[in-house]
Amino acid sequence: MAVTSLIGARIQRREDPKLITGHGNFIDDVNLVNMAHMSIVRSPHAHARIRSIDTSAARAAQGVVAVLAAGDFKPHIHAPLPVTNAFVADKKQVPDQFAIAEDEVIYAGEPVAVVVAEDRYLADDAAQLVVVDYEPLPAVMDLEKAMAPDSPLVKSDRSDNIGWDAAFPAGDIDAAFAEAEVVVKQRIGQQRLFPTPMETRGCVADYVPYDNRVTLWTSTQVPHFVRLFVGGALGVPESQFRVISHDVGGGFGSKIRPYLEEYLTTATSKIVERPVKWIEDRTESLLATTHGRGQIFDVEVAARRDGTLLGLKFTQLLDIGAYHGVFSAFQVVACLIGGGAYEWKAINARSIGIFTNRTSTDPYRGAGRPEATHMVERMVDLVALEIGMDPAELRRKNFVKSFPHTNNFGLVYDSGDYPKTLDRAMANIDYTALRKRQADLRAQGRYLGIGFSTYVEICGLGPSAATAPAAGVALVESSMVRVHPTGSVTVSVGTHAHGQSHETTFAQIVADTLGVPYDSVEIHHGDTGDTPFGYGTYGSRSLAVGGMAIMASCHKVVEKATKLAAHAFEASEEDIVVDQGRYFVRGNPGEAKSIAELAFASYGAGLPAGMEQGLEAVSYFDPPNFVWPFGCHICAVEVDPETGGVSIDRYVAVDDCGNVINPMVVDGQLHGGIAQGISQALFEEVLYDEETGQMLTGTMVDYLIPTMAEMPHFELDRTVTPSPTNELGVKGIGEAGTIASSIAVINAITDALTPFGIKHVEMPARPDRLWSMIKEARA
Amino acid sequence: MITAPFEYARPGSVDEAQSLLTKFGDDAKVIAGGQSLIPLMRLRLSQPTALVDIQGIGELKQVRRDNGTIEIGALVRHVDIQRNAVLRETLPILVEMANDVGDNQVRNLGTIGGVIAHGDAAGDYNALALMLDAEIVTNKRRHQARDFYRDILTTALEHDEVVTAVRFPVSTGRFAYTKFRRRLYDWALAGVAVQESGSSWRVGYVNLARTPRRGSAVEAALASGASAADAAAQSGSDIDPTSDVRATAEYKRHLTEVLTVRTLQKAAAV
Ligand SMILES: Cc1cc2nc3c(=O)[nH]c(=O)nc-3n(C[C@H](O)[C@H](O)[C@H](O)COP(=O)(O)OP(=O)(O)OC[C@H]3O[C@@H](n4cnc5c(N)ncnc54)[C@H](O)[C@@H]3O)c2cc1C
Repeated sequence: MAVTSLIGARIQRREDPKLITGHGNFIDDVNLVNMAHMSIVRSPHAHARIRSIDTSAARAAQGVVAVLAAGDFKPHIHAPLPVTNAFVADKKQVPDQFAIAEDEVIYAGEPVAVVVAEDRYLADDAAQLVVVDYEPLPAVMDLEKAMAPDSPLVKSDRSDNIGWDAAFPAGDIDAAFAEAEVVVKQRIGQQRLFPTPMETRGCVADYVPYDNRVTLWTSTQVPHFVRLFVGGALGVPESQFRVISHDVGGGFGSKIRPYLEEYLTTATSKIVERPVKWIEDRTESLLATTHGRGQIFDVEVAARRDGTLLGLKFTQLLDIGAYHGVFSAFQVVACLIGGGAYEWKAINARSIGIFTNRTSTDPYRGAGRPEATHMVERMVDLVALEIGMDPAELRRKNFVKSFPHTNNFGLVYDSGDYPKTLDRAMANIDYTALRKRQADLRAQGRYLGIGFSTYVEICGLGPSAATAPAAGVALVESSMVRVHPTGSVTVSVGTHAHGQSHETTFAQIVADTLGVPYDSVEIHHGDTGDTPFGYGTYGSRSLAVGGMAIMASCHKVVEKATKLAAHAFEASEEDIVVDQGRYFVRGNPGEAKSIAELAFASYGAGLPAGMEQGLEAVSYFDPPNFVWPFGCHICAVEVDPETGGVSIDRYVAVDDCGNVINPMVVDGQLHGGIAQGISQALFEEVLYDEETGQMLTGTMVDYLIPTMAEMPHFELDRTVTPSPTNELGVKGIGEAGTIASSIAVINAITDALTPFGIKHVEMPARPDRLWSMIKEARA
Repeated sequence: MITAPFEYARPGSVDEAQSLLTKFGDDAKVIAGGQSLIPLMRLRLSQPTALVDIQGIGELKQVRRDNGTIEIGALVRHVDIQRNAVLRETLPILVEMANDVGDNQVRNLGTIGGVIAHGDAAGDYNALALMLDAEIVTNKRRHQARDFYRDILTTALEHDEVVTAVRFPVSTGRFAYTKFRRRLYDWALAGVAVQESGSSWRVGYVNLARTPRRGSAVEAALASGASAADAAAQSGSDIDPTSDVRATAEYKRHLTEVLTVRTLQKAAAV
């Protein structure tokens, strides 16, 4: 018998034919009979009191169905937006955020009114006619100034601008620093970023008054969360509230939360008694969808002259924005994994969440882990520079070497082989030759730099034992596997996808585990009407947690099928052999039953005594630990000292995400992830006017999303160190590329500029910024 | 990202276009490729009450050589310039510029008349028109490029004036164009064009002031025999950049000098 295995097979994505022929089903593809269109009037001010809103002209405009403001929504929306504990259970302040501003706007883009009209053109035209009388108030923009006791307030009813202030001490930090022969200090910034999914957000809400029933189509990573919270606030129970999210054109973390527009569109549908569509336009998206990063790290490292790392002290200042993001405090995870892939005697971290009059921040690809990696990998290079050691050797010397490894904060790294990925990457880029080339070019006045990133990542969120106290929720995942009478299989999962190919990879797992043809497996997600409760897609969890929930259901199905086979063959269960979907009595493979035959029998009569009909199972998987992908990225850049321009010469990555279900999908995730990290290093930054709080990068002309043309060739390779945390042996790969890459580029640029005495470069490494640094260094 | 309401008309001739502009009044606008106008309208930064779409006027799509002059119809698109054999021989620097305007979509729709009429300092062709003393032909008169660009996005065109063609001197000498950008499809952060013309050099600057600029000081230095570096050192008086989200004015000044040297060296090497 031919042995086939789909797990590990480089098969093409099942999603692609539909998407590349234009048959995707995104929110703007949803059109209902009698549907009205909503446009949102947003505050142009970062901070202002609303004196009055005059909607009369808008209400009189052509095609207008309704113009609504806070007072109109109050009778329908009974709860503020949710905020999770996320590592900081005892927040100093959790101000309530109602879906629409009433008397004070505290960020540019905050909704003040909605206009509903017969089409979107008419809605936008009428929105221009809503007259809001604002009294501008001072905008709080600077993180450090915002912390001062005499700072103006982000919102008048707050005690100060502090959202949280949490300390994370581990070990005797004073002793570690007392032992130090060298101490390096650095402030490291993480600029704000737009997540910029290709599909902006949007929703269609259909409230049926007759039976108090809601269907909400929305572009989200968390359909069950949306149902829980929006339904809860509107007083519609889960049984009456269906959230549908078909194809999601990207999210990168920005669609991880229930959004105020979901509340507003649903309530508006209830008020106007018609289906209502709202599509976020791009300009709106840049203001109204949560931003990523927005942090400053003040860091100190104690080390010995021989390169031994001793102690790490840092403070994370995090720009929360106007209101807490639902998961913004998750980014405090940077404190717990700030030590990276290295051994430390002690770590002392502190995170301060600070409110400003800007759009809220929330997770963006990596969420806290790119920041932690960027910080520790930067500091390790600074230590290497200080003591004159090769950065690769300093890393190797301090790597965690035995697994499982309990880090300073009690988190357990499940498996790893850090020197192996480092060695492989150095071999792939031919490190020795590259260093020689660097020296040769320097002699010619050319500036080549080499940058390392040896990252470790925490993902697969997460074990309830850890997430319940930290995040306030048990981030388990669910599945339902149903074998139909003639053998095709429907799998419904609680997680969702926003571009990661779950329809392909999950089907690969099911086909192998049940021994059924790949094409007979159908994956359902994103519809609360036909999927079990799940926590959604983020934190590189869908495979390590969701995939395992699928495995668990498949095992239950196989167990029952084995019983059915034993019954059919009049043999004992122990004597049944299961081989790629064929069930036979040991020693007699010629006479076998397929799972389809057993499924057919399962729905009929004559089952074993006490057995119920059907062949299906539901499972919830609560992982015993997180999973810990790791790897080594090496980037080589050349900097033009005259223009400050950076060109990437080589980009080599060796990643280890445990066992691989589909190498092509893993490579795809790495390509996108690395591109986003490079993009943060070189291009993207959300800029605001620091006085007025106006966004300066409000269009895609000014906010630089790179294209393929700006990307180097990615030279990918991998090692495979299976995870002991789950039966599949898998880790996550959705965020690894982004976590690793920004610092590989920045370390390379810094390395290129060391002849000028430059030790540190902030992101994005804009040409004008590099040029002025070089100019100053030369002066 | 949805435009305000407007009326729309598609004339078949320049005369008809002019009378439509008169009829619709001051707030009407010509639309050609729409690659500058539509983005402004979608942001509602421009809210014309009517659009007069000149795409139906076939006579504006010609490229003609007239002795020492090459006349390019207003509706000639970037992609037409890229593919035009006559232009490749008579005005190769324009073809080089066209190759790097925006992306394929922009080049398939955007027109030279649109670039000129929009008068954007970042429009690559505007600096070229200025430095080569081009003539801008309209339904009403001929403008000299040197008198045409008045201020940010402001030209000498009157409300009912339709650009019909641009006339460049045939320029077959050595040339180079450097467009410094962060991304391949970006507008120039700074652009430097140099063209040999008879025994002298012409220099033009893209996106380095409120209007396109001619490198008169650099040209004069070159004429008096200065080296590339010494001539480029004069560029500061030819430009007047401002700081913006892309870069500081100081950087742009420095960059201009560096690019001027490099562009002159590149052209001389041709
Ligand atoms: C993403 C992107 C990148 C771009 N990059 C570049 C670049 O790098 N370099 C560059 O030079 N350009 C660039 N452009 C602009 C592009 O070249 C436009 O095509 C050009 O600026 C305008 O030409 P158009 O035909 O599209 O004009 P339209 O957008 O139709 O019109 C522009 C203006 O000119 C007026 N107008 C147009 N034609 C006439 C006429 N014949 N008579 C009188 N008035 C007229 C209109 O009323 C309007 O005010 C870019 C555009 C985009 C969208």
